[in-house]
Amino acid sequence: MSELASSPFNTAASANAGDERSEEHACDVAKGDELPPLAVRVTRADLVRYAGASGDFNPIHWSDRVATSVGLPGVIAHGMLTMALAGRLVTEWIGDPAAVRAFGTRFTRPVVVPDDDEGALVELTGTVTDVVEDDTGARTARVSIKASCGGTTVLGRTTAEVRLPG
Amino acid sequence: MVNAAYVGRALPPTPPYRVSREKIREFALAVGEGAPVCSDVDAARAGGHADLVAPPTFAVTFTMPAMEALLRDPELGWDYSRMVHGDQSFTAHRPIHAGDELVTVLHVDELRTRAGSHFLTLRCEVADTAGEPVLTTTALLVTQAAS
Repeated sequence: MSELASSPFNTAASANAGDERSEEHACDVAKGDELPPLAVRVTRADLVRYAGASGDFNPIHWSDRVATSVGLPGVIAHGMLTMALAGRLVTEWIGDPAAVRAFGTRFTRPVVVPDDDEGALVELTGTVTDVVEDDTGARTARVSIKASCGGTTVLGRTTAEVRLPG
Repeated sequence: MVNAAYVGRALPPTPPYRVSREKIREFALAVGEGAPVCSDVDAARAGGHADLVAPPTFAVTFTMPAMEALLRDPELGWDYSRMVHGDQSFTAHRPIHAGDELVTVLHVDELRTRAGSHFLTLRCEVADTAGEPVLTTTALLVTQAAS
């Protein structure tokens, strides 16, 4: 899939990357379902690109000098970038980003991104915790997401509400 | 000292922000969002959308500048250099599409101080130029007590 192929990220170990988007299967979504896991390698170049795209030029996301001066171990990823990667876990599962009706997280620990070619590997998993149907018959799945880096949890209470097709 | 008089205030609406196809594509590329509806207009239309669809966190591109303007306002007394992002949420009232013109009203909802750290809750109500609600975002921002 060209969009992913041209992505600055090296998407590793994604069971659902590319053209496996599973919108047509979302009717079968049930509580307890696991989302296809996603692992994304984030490098300094990705942080620079996200800074430009988002407009967040806080130097703790590109300058070791500034990051260490405020007590960080080094340059850290934008929390909103990590949140966006969690969003990808959901959109790659459901197919259409417009289906995401609510999305929230706490930022619990920073993702430290070393100045090398490997960067940091952010690993994301998700579980459907509930499926509800409203008066009109529209179904919404509630998803709980876990994000970790190097075995450390980096986001907390990450949830999304996703409108299911059909 | 953070100026508690701001709590409960709503700032004047921002000028309309026009969502462009190019900005959606740029943001989608930056976060690795590969959904075709974020980059390919034909795919978006085939999916029932008027134009390209913004990724779930796209709104930071225009809500964060509105928040930053407040947080850097000396009248607020916020220590921007010691700030961390505590939490963030988005509630979509409808999807954001390329071509939308969006107005943001920033609300200062809550300020708490605990052990020298300040916790500020800011809410952005985003609407189209007709006043129809599009998105609500909330952010908890924290300045940590000096160690």
